[in-house]
Amino acid sequence: MNGIYLDNAATSPVHPEVIKVMQKSLEEVYGNPSSIHQYGRKARQTLDNARKVAASSIGANEKNITFTSGGTEADNLALIGTALANQDKGKHIITTTIEHHAILHAAESLEKQDFTVTYLQVQSNGQINVQDLKDALTDETIVVSVMMVNNETGIIQPIKEIGEILKGHQAYFHTDAVQAYGLLDIDVDKLGVDLLTVSSHKVNGPKGVGFLYINENVKISSLQHGGQQERKKRPGTENVTGIIGFQKAIELAQAERDDRNLAYNTYKQLFLKKLESEKVSFSINGDLENAIPSIVNISFPGTNVEQLLTNFDLSGISASSGSACTAGSVEPSHVLSAMYGSSNDRTINSIRFSFGLPNSEDEVTEAATRVASIINRLIK
Amino acid sequence: MKDNKNTRVVVGMSGGVDSSVTALLLKQQGYDVVGIFMKNWDDTDENGVCTATEDFDDVVRVCNQLDIPYYAVNFEKQYWDKVFTYFLDEYKAGRTPNPDVMCNKEIKFKAFLDHALSLGADYLATGHYAQVRKIGDKYEMVRGVDDNKDQTYFLNQLSQSVLSKVMFPLGHLPKKEVRRIAAEHDLATAHKKDSTGICFIGERNFKEFLSEYLPAQPGKMKTLSGVEKGKHEGLMYYTIGQRQGLGIGGAGDPWFVVGKNLKENVLYVEQGFGNDSLYSDGLTASQLNWVNEEPLTEVLECTAKFRYRQTDSKVTVTPIDNDKVKVTFHEAERAITPGQAVVFYQDEICLGGGTIDEIIKNDTPLDYVG
Repeated sequence: MNGIYLDNAATSPVHPEVIKVMQKSLEEVYGNPSSIHQYGRKARQTLDNARKVAASSIGANEKNITFTSGGTEADNLALIGTALANQDKGKHIITTTIEHHAILHAAESLEKQDFTVTYLQVQSNGQINVQDLKDALTDETIVVSVMMVNNETGIIQPIKEIGEILKGHQAYFHTDAVQAYGLLDIDVDKLGVDLLTVSSHKVNGPKGVGFLYINENVKISSLQHGGQQERKKRPGTENVTGIIGFQKAIELAQAERDDRNLAYNTYKQLFLKKLESEKVSFSINGDLENAIPSIVNISFPGTNVEQLLTNFDLSGISASSGSACTAGSVEPSHVLSAMYGSSNDRTINSIRFSFGLPNSEDEVTEAATRVASIINRLIK
Repeated sequence: MKDNKNTRVVVGMSGGVDSSVTALLLKQQGYDVVGIFMKNWDDTDENGVCTATEDFDDVVRVCNQLDIPYYAVNFEKQYWDKVFTYFLDEYKAGRTPNPDVMCNKEIKFKAFLDHALSLGADYLATGHYAQVRKIGDKYEMVRGVDDNKDQTYFLNQLSQSVLSKVMFPLGHLPKKEVRRIAAEHDLATAHKKDSTGICFIGERNFKEFLSEYLPAQPGKMKTLSGVEKGKHEGLMYYTIGQRQGLGIGGAGDPWFVVGKNLKENVLYVEQGFGNDSLYSDGLTASQLNWVNEEPLTEVLECTAKFRYRQTDSKVTVTPIDNDKVKVTFHEAERAITPGQAVVFYQDEICLGGGTIDEIIKNDTPLDYVG
């Protein structure tokens, strides 16, 4: 059966125009941006252009953009880099129980180095309670990391409110904006954010590239050591071709943002309507009103994730569930556990569908039809 | 009847050579093959290393070579409830359980089969060395042609409805040939060592493993006539006929475990491999399964195995009630062990089996065996 890709939050297909500029750059821009000859200068020029585009997409200064190998590296640099550089001011970190493992496991590694981490619980709607954050803040808190949009549920966190709370506090504010970027309006100053993570391959750019916005006031240690690249915050010869592709992906995302929001929202509504009209028993995890258009996380009572995902794949539907797998089998989602409790069946019977550029209205309707027939067969 | 292309076969893949070749043969026959790895046990160690992760990685490599989709399914909870709990209970009762028989009955050919069927599979295939034959409207389970590898002993609890849904593509092959096929196709698992021992214990020390779950109660070692011969570390660590690890020195023949007294926490030992107390002439068994699903109503002359990889012995099986038989040996048998499976055969056909309860000698149950 023809494949329907509803896992755009895992990674997204590279936009044809991105491929075009990358191919051109591979052919023409092969210099090392650090070299002091014309080839180097040309590479440096393209790199700086990309940096400008990345910066302006979040209302930042280009000097504050550090390109990385992707979201995971940016998250690690943000959390560990600031923790190590500011431990004289305190060793307390605040994050949430629903962060991506790039943050959660980085935080755990800091706990092993005698940092104290407070993991904020979320409410059953998927959002943190900002009062909890206020209560958790101490004079020792040096960094707060709260993701902008959760990757499993699509739930948007109150980033601006958190930014307000942290105004005047020594703690830096980091947000992982990997799932938000390209769909939400992001301005680092308006949001009061000091550090912000973005990944290229979630917005139809190539894999292996991302950036971390680092406000100039942030004291941060680099996690790797080498040359002078990226203002020494991220040494290593830059992934010029990847960054050029990323730039194109950003430009397209900026230009098409409203259209994409509209289209993904339509897909989501169509998908849910079709499930309803096929009399599928389901419920949505988190509040639809607080969710990004591209992601919907659905619980199908009476089923289990492994059975669902395998059946979906065998009928051509690509979707996913909780992030972590061991030996290929799916662990209960830590995000849904945080929202509903670890013994709730939602943690083992929920699927994330995420919409994106390759989809069409016909396609998502067809996908919902196939999903419905599988669910209705399984729970009959 | 569906043609092979439209027949979906789920292959239970362990990451070993047998299930790899199973998938290969079915793929060659044109079936719609789906590989699924079962995770039944979490053995992640303190370094985060888990053999299941490595085994699944082998499944991935083989499935990619064969260009078939692969998935995993987690039955840790079911395995714990149905197999491991039974395993511990049997040890607590002073018996020697057979978790592989239980795993086949409750997990592989129940939970996993149900999972396969829920994926629209027509059949579940495994790399067991056994054969299924359809005679009229009945299914027979036949020994694998490789005498040394035949696994019907472990499959004795399978029912007609299960046999109607399973395939054992290796049953007609000698193991050597399976290895050769794997090597010929350069399968990632072609030279992988066969797994040994009980799956959840793996290569670990059995005693250490068991002591994590059951408190050991050391006690006395005595001869049947009551002479103290030393101390035992806990009855569960010993099985009938065992020679190693008794630590009884002195002159003469080696010493063997011949029985247990659970109530008094005494391990019985006697001297000499051929010691008479190790021999019996019959047993009773329950938890019976007859593959043809026809309860035994009259005396049956057949052969039997009391442990894996043993040559058959001639026996007479007499029904006592619906779920109990008496098995009389034509020649005395050594070290029959309660808790193990007794499996019956008529020539190449596996008739079914049960769990050994009492050991009988001269028409009397041996009370010292446990």
